[in-house]
Amino acid sequence: MDEILFNISLLIDYPIVNLKIIIDGVMIGALFALAAYGLALVWGVMNVKNLAQGDFVIAGGYVALMLSKAGINPLFGVPLAFVVMWGIGWVIYKVIITRVIERDLFTSLLATFGLAIMMAQLMNLMFGSDAQSVNLGYDTLRFADGIIDVPIAKLIGVGMAAVLAIAVVLFMKRSRMGQAIRATAQDARAARVLGIDTEKVYAFTFGLNAAICGAAGAIIVMIWVIQPFYGIGYSVRAFVIVTAAGLGNLPGVIAAGLGFGAAEQYGAHIFGDGYKQAIAVILLLLVLFFRLLQQRRNRQVLK
Amino acid sequence: MNKKFILYAVLLAFSVAAPFLFPNYQTQLATLWLMIIVALTWDMTGGQMGYNSLGNIFFYGTGMYVCAVITIGLYYDVGEWTNASRTEIFTFSDRQYFTGMVLGILGAGLFCAASAYFIGMLTFGLRGPYFAIGTLGVAIAAGEIVSNIEWLGGGQGVSMPIYNGDFDTFKTLIYFEYAILGVGLFVFLNWLYKTRFGAAINAIRDDEEKAEAMGIHTLRYKLVTWAMSAFFVGAAGAISAFQLIHFEPLETAYQTINLGIFMVVCVLLGGKGTLWGPVIGAIMFQVFKETTWNYFLGWQWVALGALIVIVVVFFQDGLMGWLRLKRPEWFGVKVEQKTSEAGA
Repeated sequence: MDEILFNISLLIDYPIVNLKIIIDGVMIGALFALAAYGLALVWGVMNVKNLAQGDFVIAGGYVALMLSKAGINPLFGVPLAFVVMWGIGWVIYKVIITRVIERDLFTSLLATFGLAIMMAQLMNLMFGSDAQSVNLGYDTLRFADGIIDVPIAKLIGVGMAAVLAIAVVLFMKRSRMGQAIRATAQDARAARVLGIDTEKVYAFTFGLNAAICGAAGAIIVMIWVIQPFYGIGYSVRAFVIVTAAGLGNLPGVIAAGLGFGAAEQYGAHIFGDGYKQAIAVILLLLVLFFRLLQQRRNRQVLK
Repeated sequence: MNKKFILYAVLLAFSVAAPFLFPNYQTQLATLWLMIIVALTWDMTGGQMGYNSLGNIFFYGTGMYVCAVITIGLYYDVGEWTNASRTEIFTFSDRQYFTGMVLGILGAGLFCAASAYFIGMLTFGLRGPYFAIGTLGVAIAAGEIVSNIEWLGGGQGVSMPIYNGDFDTFKTLIYFEYAILGVGLFVFLNWLYKTRFGAAINAIRDDEEKAEAMGIHTLRYKLVTWAMSAFFVGAAGAISAFQLIHFEPLETAYQTINLGIFMVVCVLLGGKGTLWGPVIGAIMFQVFKETTWNYFLGWQWVALGALIVIVVVFFQDGLMGWLRLKRPEWFGVKVEQKTSEAGA
């Protein structure tokens, strides 16, 4: 308890610490936002809640890790992870997801939960359970007497995340396929009537989601660590962000992602690093209950 | 009716005789009862009431911890016990052990029932997949928080007192504790599902709005059902705590991806929303697990994930659902006209 009070007083006495936490949080949040955007896409378009989202992220990280072990600059891992995870996502769609789209929501949730367990265990067998990362060997920038430290690798990672996000937005707005995806999300039946091959759109969307997650994972492995069982944490965070932001609302998802990253960093600072996962989950519960209260205002029941 | 009575009597006699007939498999048989208990309790909300919880493991873990705190706390200081560095020796006499055991199991059940009631007030506003994710969140958060509390042993977990007698007696004792709880649960549910209460929770599953319009106080029914199921899961968790002797917060107590998902798979395998489905599903799952586990050579968890996906995608109605389609007359369903659906 004293420790918590001390940590809070540290924030008040040294405002610069707040800045450091916010910068850290926003950087992490940018990557959470990517995974969350993929989830929002799949959720909105085919109404599948993908609990294996985080495992796609980790799998993408391992693609980049293998590349750097082969002696190639891990920065190339980001596009490679994008392509490889697209393929994996497409196969998963064809084998599993296509069979659960029309079923009730719990089916897709449970099926992807099984998939998440399978992927995490497979990665555990293939790469071992140690936490691993790639060191790019770049310098760290320091501001404000060294309190704020920003590794250049992190800046590059966040920059790549931003480029990817902008590319996806432009793609969704401008391209024919992007239009078809948005049309399917609005009304799949009407889209089918108008000649859109929705099956193809679904497969494309799921592949795109896996690819976005994979690229995010390839960035994460360069600036933090990955471990086969970290996936569920990313899945939970993606759910928090999407539930808070709503579907089909990319600016909202990004804002929620950045805010969530900052909130989590604050929580970790105040309560200690051990509570990080718990804070993410509790934020999810808070968001769910907040949504519930919002709905309750519109719902009238006889008591 | 008479036939049914004989069937039950034979099954009961077999349950009593099983640990003596197969003394080498007592631990597996005890685990089978645990699976039956958690599957039946999951089906209370998941199958009968239509609220698919992924976080019922919360009550299992909480039951373990509450039981440990009660049993140890009756005679010693819990903080000293969990921090003991093997130099101090804590002993439990037989009398203390059994008093602690009975109070611990009961206390764990009651505490879990109460906590289900209060957590339910928050989570039962969530519908469908949100309920599943919300309850999963509760279970994950609880595990993470407990593993940070030093008083409860932190990430190291807690060691329970050890039975003074010989080990075989201890195993038989644990088996019968599970068996009594399981039989009690089955008899209770057999009665409950036939009452007005059972009809009410089925109505909630079929159409919650309509049920509410018919004057059923849905929230109260949901809370009471979840609290009842939590009581049995908590008590089962308490027995597990004694059985395992030592347990950790993330790996054993709040094991979201092991037992937490096994119970759902058991119910789906056997058939949701039936009384026998979860029992048969638990037996099928446990037999599958025990017979094949060792042959997978480290791939067993991958196989488990694959099993979940296959069951959910291809075989979601389970054995009972399949039988119901093939032999509707066994379930008292009268097929008046053979339509293409009924014949398929």
